[in-house]
Amino acid sequence: MLELRDIAFRQDDFSLCADLTLPKGGRFAVIGASGSGKSTLLSLIGGFLFPDQGKVMWNGQDITGMAPGDRPISTLFQHHNLFPHLTIRQNIGMGLRPDLRLDTSQRNRVAQVLDQVGLSGMGDRRPAALSGGQQSRVALARVLLRARPILLLDEPFAALGPALKAEMLSLLNDIADGTEATVLMVTHDPQDARVFSPQTILVEDGRAHAPRDTAPLLDDPPPGLRAYLG
Amino acid sequence: MAARLRGVIAGRIVAAGLGALILGTLAAVAWQAGGLSGLGEWDWRAVRFTIWQAALSATLSAALAVPVARALARRRFRGRGLLVTLLGAPFILPVIVAIMGLISVFGRNGALNEGLRALGLPEIGIYGWQGVILAHVFFNLPLSVRLILQGWQAIPSERFRLASSLGFAPADIARHLERPMLRAALPGVWLAVFLVCLTSFTVALALGGGPRATTVELAIYQAFRFDFDLGRAATLGLVQIGLCIAAMLAARWIAIPAGFGAGMDAGQGPTGPRGWRVAADAAVIALAAGFLLWPLAAVMAVGVPRLPMLQADIWWAAGRSVVMAVISALLAVMLCLTLALTIARGAGRWIEAAGMLPLIASPLVLGTGLFILLRDMAGPQQMALPVTVAINAAMALPFGLRALIPAARSLQDDYGQLAASLDLRGWARLRYLTLPRLARPLGFAGGLAAALAMGDLGVITLFASDQPTLPLKLYQLMNSYRMADAAGAAVLLMALSFGLFWVFDKGGRLDA
Repeated sequence: MLELRDIAFRQDDFSLCADLTLPKGGRFAVIGASGSGKSTLLSLIGGFLFPDQGKVMWNGQDITGMAPGDRPISTLFQHHNLFPHLTIRQNIGMGLRPDLRLDTSQRNRVAQVLDQVGLSGMGDRRPAALSGGQQSRVALARVLLRARPILLLDEPFAALGPALKAEMLSLLNDIADGTEATVLMVTHDPQDARVFSPQTILVEDGRAHAPRDTAPLLDDPPPGLRAYLG
Repeated sequence: MAARLRGVIAGRIVAAGLGALILGTLAAVAWQAGGLSGLGEWDWRAVRFTIWQAALSATLSAALAVPVARALARRRFRGRGLLVTLLGAPFILPVIVAIMGLISVFGRNGALNEGLRALGLPEIGIYGWQGVILAHVFFNLPLSVRLILQGWQAIPSERFRLASSLGFAPADIARHLERPMLRAALPGVWLAVFLVCLTSFTVALALGGGPRATTVELAIYQAFRFDFDLGRAATLGLVQIGLCIAAMLAARWIAIPAGFGAGMDAGQGPTGPRGWRVAADAAVIALAAGFLLWPLAAVMAVGVPRLPMLQADIWWAAGRSVVMAVISALLAVMLCLTLALTIARGAGRWIEAAGMLPLIASPLVLGTGLFILLRDMAGPQQMALPVTVAINAAMALPFGLRALIPAARSLQDDYGQLAASLDLRGWARLRYLTLPRLARPLGFAGGLAAALAMGDLGVITLFASDQPTLPLKLYQLMNSYRMADAAGAAVLLMALSFGLFWVFDKGGRLDA
């Protein structure tokens, strides 16, 4: 269970507060106008920003002061999910050991996840030699390998076309099912939310609201969200 | 968390160490200095000459650079790109080599005076203030041309197209497009050259001297070396620091453009006016290229055939210099990298300021200060080489940081979060993220540091003569009028300086 207890964050004119409880294994879309604080919410959970007050708890343990890499979390960013100078195999292997001293069983695991995302035989290439969809698969393969219980997605598939994006969401769905991960996915596409996440967190007016069922929220949105969705 | 802290702490330690080295040295100088009353008429003349020659060198360089930059901006010809690249070369050309070249063209037995004599005209002398100015223009004209050319290329080509669609004559283009750009760019160019000439030592040492052509740096050297009057050397050092700080404060009001930016040739240049201006531009370019290349060609013509005959002590000096330059460069690169990474993580501005500190302290002032601090522990002979290596590393920092800080910032912006989320830190981060991503600016910074250290003839002159570096050896050969050997050594020195730069810079691009 992921809890945001009475979180408040301020930076210049911007402020965000959140008081949420998200059950293990849940899928949540995070939706709101640009600049509302969707990415800030993910950064606070991921450990890239620190709240001015409040606590981030995972299964009763306080992880508020923990470094990003020590948290039980995998993050997919909007850009820069892969190191362009490393091979696909190295990029994925970093998920197991950042110093890349992998033993035989770990190397086998890397080969296995490469196979699972349909990229077997591409391990020695660099990201630039892959298509956008394939690069997303590499990032997902690393998520699969790390198998952390929380998964944060900050619109990593925004640059992909509709068909590719649907493919990635379905792959993501399988991975999250397999690892029983709690997933928070920022999106600006209500269709993504309807397909992927039964519940949605609305970020509006400096507050991350408690999750509500996605379909009714989108069918009858509050005024601010209505203006954003158009 | 701990690794991040360690990284930041390492940066603070480097910055503090650098601050201690430079400010501590300056404090030692200040401690040793007598009051300004200790300075005689000779010293004040040196102060006045320093300011005057820097101002005149800056004015001439900037003024002469305008027509050259305009010609290069509006003409396209074969070899133009090469020429623009060559304009960057004087930055890493050893000063003493250029002086050698200028002497062989403008000296008493040079081609120019041979010609004047044949025509029955009076000869010109290269020793004295005119030689100092000539050498400063030789070094700074190319720099100024590059800076002004950047200004020209920053004018959007749409403006030139609009101008030609409105039927602008060259005078109209000058009035509406070029003069506003020059008004913005020239003060910065002038000040950049002025700053360089303010701490000029090697040029004054080789071509100046005497009551009418002694700079403050040279006066420090003479007080230290000939009179062994540490108090007066230190007081002059304080005067030199005062001049640098005053000029730096002036620079806060005037933006100095970066000296060796990339992307010099972006976009299509404006099509220049036809008619007599084509010939005029061609003449300007030919004159500038000749002024730049002739002295170097003259040295090479004498020096290259001489290379196989160079004596063992010259090769020893060359080996010593290469080792010192490489150590200096590695030191500079490590310090730069540590500082740049700390700055990129948003550490305080004082760290960046510490990295720029070497700009206010000239090598001779630092050398004098370090001698004062260390004289009870070691003799001048033992100090010479380590102090030279350390000071050369410190002097390269501002240039290295200018290349590294932007790269380190974008590394942190682009991959900082990904690295943190994967817990990539310490050596693994250095090996798999920092070094591969920063290889290019690191190689460039290392190349600059190595070339500058290789060609430096500054602080070493204070101390050593039994273990000379190659530039010092070359200077000694020139002083004993062994000009053919000197030319050979000059060619060797030039090749090694450019070679070191090339090796480092290429090393940074291996992966590309």
